[in-house]
Amino acid sequence: MAREDAVGDALTAPLGRRRLLAGMGAAAVAFSLEGCGTSAEQRLNFLNWQDYIGETTLADFRARTGVRVNQSYFATNDELFAKLKAGNQGYDVIVPSNEFVERMRAADMLEPLNPARIPNLANIEESFRTAAWDPAPRHSVPYTWLVLGIGYRRSRVQGTPDSWKWLFDSDLYKGRIALLTDAADLIRLGAKYMGKSLVGVDAATAQAVADMLGRQKPNIRRFHEDDGQDLLLAGEVDLALEYNGDIAQRMREDPDIDFVVPREGSLINADTLAIPKGAKDPELAHAFIDFLLDAEVGRGISETILYPTPNAAARALMPPDYAANPVIFPSGPGWEASEWGRFEGAEMQRLFEELITRMRAA
Amino acid sequence: MDNRVDWHRAPGPFAAILGPPLAWFLLFFAVPLAVVLAMSFGTNVGVADIAISGTFANHARTLEPVYLGIFLKSFAIAGAATLLCLVLGFPLALVVAFATPRARTLLLVAIMLPFWTNLLIRTYALMTVLRDGGLVNSALETLGVGPLPLLYNNFAVILGLVYIHLPFMVLPIAASLERLDRSLVEASLDLGASHLGTVLRIILPLAAPGIMAGLLLTFIPALGSYLTPDLMGGPDSQMIANVIERQFKRANDWPFGAALAVLLVNLTLFALALQGLLRRLEPSP
Repeated sequence: MAREDAVGDALTAPLGRRRLLAGMGAAAVAFSLEGCGTSAEQRLNFLNWQDYIGETTLADFRARTGVRVNQSYFATNDELFAKLKAGNQGYDVIVPSNEFVERMRAADMLEPLNPARIPNLANIEESFRTAAWDPAPRHSVPYTWLVLGIGYRRSRVQGTPDSWKWLFDSDLYKGRIALLTDAADLIRLGAKYMGKSLVGVDAATAQAVADMLGRQKPNIRRFHEDDGQDLLLAGEVDLALEYNGDIAQRMREDPDIDFVVPREGSLINADTLAIPKGAKDPELAHAFIDFLLDAEVGRGISETILYPTPNAAARALMPPDYAANPVIFPSGPGWEASEWGRFEGAEMQRLFEELITRMRAA
Repeated sequence: MDNRVDWHRAPGPFAAILGPPLAWFLLFFAVPLAVVLAMSFGTNVGVADIAISGTFANHARTLEPVYLGIFLKSFAIAGAATLLCLVLGFPLALVVAFATPRARTLLLVAIMLPFWTNLLIRTYALMTVLRDGGLVNSALETLGVGPLPLLYNNFAVILGLVYIHLPFMVLPIAASLERLDRSLVEASLDLGASHLGTVLRIILPLAAPGIMAGLLLTFIPALGSYLTPDLMGGPDSQMIANVIERQFKRANDWPFGAALAVLLVNLTLFALALQGLLRRLEPSP
């Protein structure tokens, strides 16, 4: 049992620094995970984003395999990273974004995947089967991909707000703007607005973006934790920096809401399925990942979450209002100018964070 | 105080009573705090590791103007919330203390009632009341007053903190007022003092220990509050706990987050020491 080992290591290691923390975290979850549930039933601990699975997917997996999936949630990649940094507390499958796959690989926190155990990999679109951010041997499988853009309330804006200007550099929509709180995303999109690439942003550009956001701050209503779609739906704001899938979900509830990828281009990311180091049953984890990549299962997931899927077989089963939806699968100049994000390194990450903290404190 | 137990004569029962809470305290409070203290002298190595190098760089960084400014802002917000709690809580405590026993029980239950619901849920409930399309603003709208910006600003943070912490102010003051010798109040009124004069010159000084306890119980958690500024605050209402949280998560800079946390603990200890000092200077009633 990996968890008990972690506790044991922590007790025997000389003056354990991180290991002690790891041990304590493991002990805490060992209590909470083992406290409940029957011993006869096999369990799999799935750490996922909220609203990020099909309605019946987990029940179907249980019906097919007899394994009960215990789903818990994380709200940001940082939270996921911080959680696993203190030791894997018994999670079998996690859903990190591509930039965190790089980060977690660098920290040796992911198990390499065995493609032979995931035959449904063949369902994944050709262009997603290799990725610069996860070179072979792959440690992750793309689950969805996503692009940031502007979600907006049509009746309250003039035309289509197809430029980052309306969020970052204009008082036209004063007090009706919500931005994501993520420092790296803000700085990189600001760089994009300034006509630069969002990959390899330098310190001077980052500073210039932070200054611009500082000037824009009085016009901003809220820095949100990826709940911009709800602020938009509730009418608290009229423009929100959000992911296409989140806005697509709300567009079903309110036809006045729309989404655009600004013409300067945006940030593309993927969420992936991965197995963290210390998972107690990697074989079962592989089986679960394979199940999620099944065409029919993938259709069920896409129907619920409405994020773009890299699963070609699943997309082929979807009705045209998904497969040809311009919000879910954007096109046009903004989309063509968009770039894949990459992890810019711990040093830059801290710089971005400090700049945004200063901007907000000023 | 003559019936005091001499533990030298009963070490067994004494150890049995003190042991479990002491072990709990050491394991779940002292040890984690020591880990945080050690980490604050650490350096980040690579993406996920921390070496305890004994550096003071993190502590030096906490003293940069931007972070001191955030501390100052947290003090101001927590202080304003505490004062408002006192202004609202003292009259409420008076009512509780001087009510009939039956009414007092009902009032105390009413004050405790919010604790039956989770803090997060209470905060979201308050947000639905305050937001643009919420109860207050729709009521104002029928009166012809445009929606007021009640949410996502510093005002909302202070309001939220007052709402959460008011019971911590009322309960200790009410407890000290209940123990107050009523004949002193009667004597003051008999001797011609006005009601207000009696409250200010007799009751208030006698309730000082309760007020002091209420101030501390309100101010310290308010100073370290994280949820309220996070959910109800605007673009510039970050408090120190939010910055600490970001160091542990987004910035992935645990040593610096630990250094900020250590500074926060030290400031809290300083406030406690100051209170102890003030109490010693005061002549005991």
